[in-house]
Order: sequence, then structure tokens, then C-alpha cells
Amino acid sequence: MPPRTLGALAGALAWLAAGCGGAGETTVAVYAAASLSEAFEDLAARYEAANPDVEVRLNFAGSARLAAQIGAGARADVFASANGATMGRVAAEGRTAAPPALFARNRLALVVPAGNPGAVTGLRDLSDDSLVLAVCAPEVPCGALARAVLADAGVDADADTAETSVRAVLTKVMLGEADAGLVYATDVAAGGDKVAAVPLGPQTRFNDYPVAAVSDRAVAAHFMDFVLGPDGRRILSDHGFGTP
Amino acid sequence: MSRRPPVGVLAMAGVAIGVLGLPLVGLLQRTPWSSLGATLGEAATLEALRVSAVVSLAAAAVSVMLGLPLAWVLARLPFRGRALVRAVVLLPMVLPPVVGGIALFFALGRRGLIGRALQNGFGVDTLIGTTAGAVIAAAFVAMPFFVITAEAGLRQLDPRLESAAATLGAGRWTVLRRITLPLLAPSLAAGATLSWARALGEFGATITFAGNHPGRTRTLPLAIAQANEAGQPEAAIAMSVLLIAVSLVVLVGLRHRWLAPRRRWPEPSQEIPSP
Repeated sequence: MPPRTLGALAGALAWLAAGCGGAGETTVAVYAAASLSEAFEDLAARYEAANPDVEVRLNFAGSARLAAQIGAGARADVFASANGATMGRVAAEGRTAAPPALFARNRLALVVPAGNPGAVTGLRDLSDDSLVLAVCAPEVPCGALARAVLADAGVDADADTAETSVRAVLTKVMLGEADAGLVYATDVAAGGDKVAAVPLGPQTRFNDYPVAAVSDRAVAAHFMDFVLGPDGRRILSDHGFGTP
Repeated sequence: MSRRPPVGVLAMAGVAIGVLGLPLVGLLQRTPWSSLGATLGEAATLEALRVSAVVSLAAAAVSVMLGLPLAWVLARLPFRGRALVRAVVLLPMVLPPVVGGIALFFALGRRGLIGRALQNGFGVDTLIGTTAGAVIAAAFVAMPFFVITAEAGLRQLDPRLESAAATLGAGRWTVLRRITLPLLAPSLAAGATLSWARALGEFGATITFAGNHPGRTRTLPLAIAQANEAGQPEAAIAMSVLLIAVSLVVLVGLRHRWLAPRRRWPEPSQEIPSP
């Protein structure tokens, strides 16, 4: 092999190895509900700025998937779930190192593509079978919330698809493939100008987000405190989350 | 062949068997055998099994019907850009299925390339939550497996056999029916089985493009993922065992056709003198 090829190969290997190593730096693995994506990216950036020796590794998915991953032994340090039931599953498996604490509040929102092609004016319209409706699967917190809100309103809606995370619902609405979706109020902002919210008024329901350390590492408790502290509260409020 | 096989080769082969087989053993030792029947008998499981059967068989049928002409074109018709066409056709084999699902949206979705035409021409408003959508997603990832196998079969087939039949007065249809297809049968069976197996296991493109709707698009893989995330690992394991059992039965049943296609004719080159 010519020396230049060898050199390039060695360089490539060094680059690959650097990605895996993390040379002595402390990392904290944070598993957070999909609806927290933007807020926790900001939180992580602020935390890393305040703690330069710590690297935050974020894993976003539907809370149910994260709970299953943690239950299967994933090396997570912090878990932030979109409801208490999912956190309860992780706690019941003995994975929480400290009692969970509530840190944010959200509410269910009805979202439609920009221009509202399905002419959706409220929950009642969702019983129309010709409308393409996307919701979360029942085991995902946003799915449990959506079913509760629909039941409250006495609306019998047959969703065309039950997605595994609220952001998958949002994507289908953003693409215009679904006429309506039930997501969180904060997701409407994440959808930008591709989506619009149909006000639900008093028909909506709230959900509270618990966070818990799921490892005994000091950095896990430290990050959890950061989420619950003033910086965390301010960043979450900037992203539209309320306080529980 | 009395020489002992090299120890290194045996060791590596053993590691390979471990890598491929250990997860299966792990799953089986965690299987709740006593409650397996009850779990599998649940209505939701049977529904997912039915959807899986319908979707995978339909996707395999589509793969054969459309894939055979395509394989013939790729094997027999020299044209510029054939390598490029073949690469595009085989791309779904290496593409993450979720990419396929997203791409299908941009092609067949409401705002996709031919979405409007589907709506006006066929009255197809959406493919989300429809079995047709699930079949399209499964066929997208499964068809390349049929095409590549059928094309290889066509290339191995001695064209002089077909020429000989033609010179003896057989029409194109007769040649196809009496010579080409019978010779090709093992490859077609292997390709159809492979594409069916791929369709049966399909997850990413299906959930992305066709969504998750019980009785219409929720196949066994989707139901397994959902049960796993719903904190019902027993149900997930039971359905996994079912999927594995079905796949194994079919793969073992077709092992002769697949690995060592039986020749129905003697080696053609020795039987037919060159013109």
C-alpha cells in the first residue's frame, strides 16, 4: 500500500476511534420524551456551558420506548417522561435512584396542516372517517392524553394511525399527509408555519412531566437538579412549558 | 477430501453461528412457554397475524408479477444505463426502511409526485392506515430480493435451449411456458420466498408510510414493537416466537430449492451441439 493511502487510513481510523472514546470526559446520558426535544437541547447546551467537563448525550423518543429501553438495561442516567404512568413503570422496575419530581406542564393540542385542508374546527370533526387523523399510540403519554380528551368530549374518532411518538404525529401533519393530529401545545411551535392549532379551549387536558435520576452516578442527580433549578425552569418556559 | 478442516476456520464459523444464533437462544429462554398459547390466542395477536399474512403474501405476489418482467429486461436486454437502473432497483435492499417510508410519501403521498393523480384517477385520498399502503411499503423493500434472484437465474439459463425450441417450431409463448419458466422455477421459488420473508419482517417503511392501524396496517412486527413499548414484554416475546416459527418452517421447507436447485435437465451445454 502506498504511504499516502496508509496515512489516510490511519487518519480515518483515528477519527473513528475519537468518536467512540470520549477521552476521559464525563458523560451523562439523558433519556427525554420526544416533546422535550428542543427544550432539552437548549438545557443540555446550557448545562455543558456551565459544566465544561461534562458531555450530555441526549436520547429522544416516545416515553414508552425510552421506558422499555431503560427496563431492558440501557445505560441511562436521567429519564424525563411525558407522564407519571410511564415514569411509574420505570420506578416499579426499581430503576429510579431518587423519587421522580415534576418539572413541566403541557396540554393537548389539535394541530392541522397550514391552510387547514380538512376544514377542522374542533374535536367533533374528528369523528368524520374521511378525515385522516394521526394520534399517538395508547401506551405513549400523548396517546393516553388524546384518548382521555376524546372520551371527555364524547367523540368517537377512529385514528388512521397510532404513532409511537408525538413527533411522528406532528411530522405526518407537517407533510400534509394527515388532516389533523393530537399533539402537545409545545409541538405546535416546533411545527413552525407548516401547521396551525385549532383551539380546544376547556376541552383540553394537562400532563405533567416527571424527571428522575435512573443511575447512582453523581452527575445524574446533578443534571436532574439543573432541570428543576432556575435555569431549567426558564429554558422550559421559553419553550412554552408551564409549571406543574 | 480427508484433510481436517483448519482450526481457525472452524473457530470463526463457530463465532458466526454464535453471533447469529445467540439472540435466538436468548429469546427462547425468556419465552413464557406456559402462557404462550393464551397470549397468541388473543384477538389483537391473531389480527396482527392475519394482517401480516395478507400484507406479506400480497407484497410477494406484487414482487413476482412486476419483478419478473424487470428481471428479464435486466438480464436479456442490453441498454445504456442498465447498471444504473439495476443499482436503483436494488437500492431498497441497503436503504434504511424508514428512508423508504419517507420517500414513498414524497412519491405517493397526498402532496407527493403522483399523489394528485392517484386522487383524481383512482380516488385514493390517502394510503395512511390502509392495507394497500402497507403492501406498497412491503413490496418496496421486498421486490429487489426477487429481482436479483430471478435475474441471476435468467443469466444462468442457457439461451440456446430457447433457440433450439424455437427452431423446432415452438412459438414465443410455448418457449416461455415449456422451457424458460420450468428451468427458471427454482430461482423464482427462491426469489419469491426471499421477498416474502423480507415483507414478513418489514417494519420501518410500513410504520412510516402506512402508519399503525389495527386490522389494516398493524402487522406482527408493528404489534411486537408496540407491545414491547407498552411494557408487555411477554406479548412481544410470544409474537416474536410466532414470527420466528413461521419463518423457520418456510425456510427449512424450501431449503432444497434455495441452496441446491435440483436440475431437471442435464447440463445443457453437453446435450445441445452448438450451431
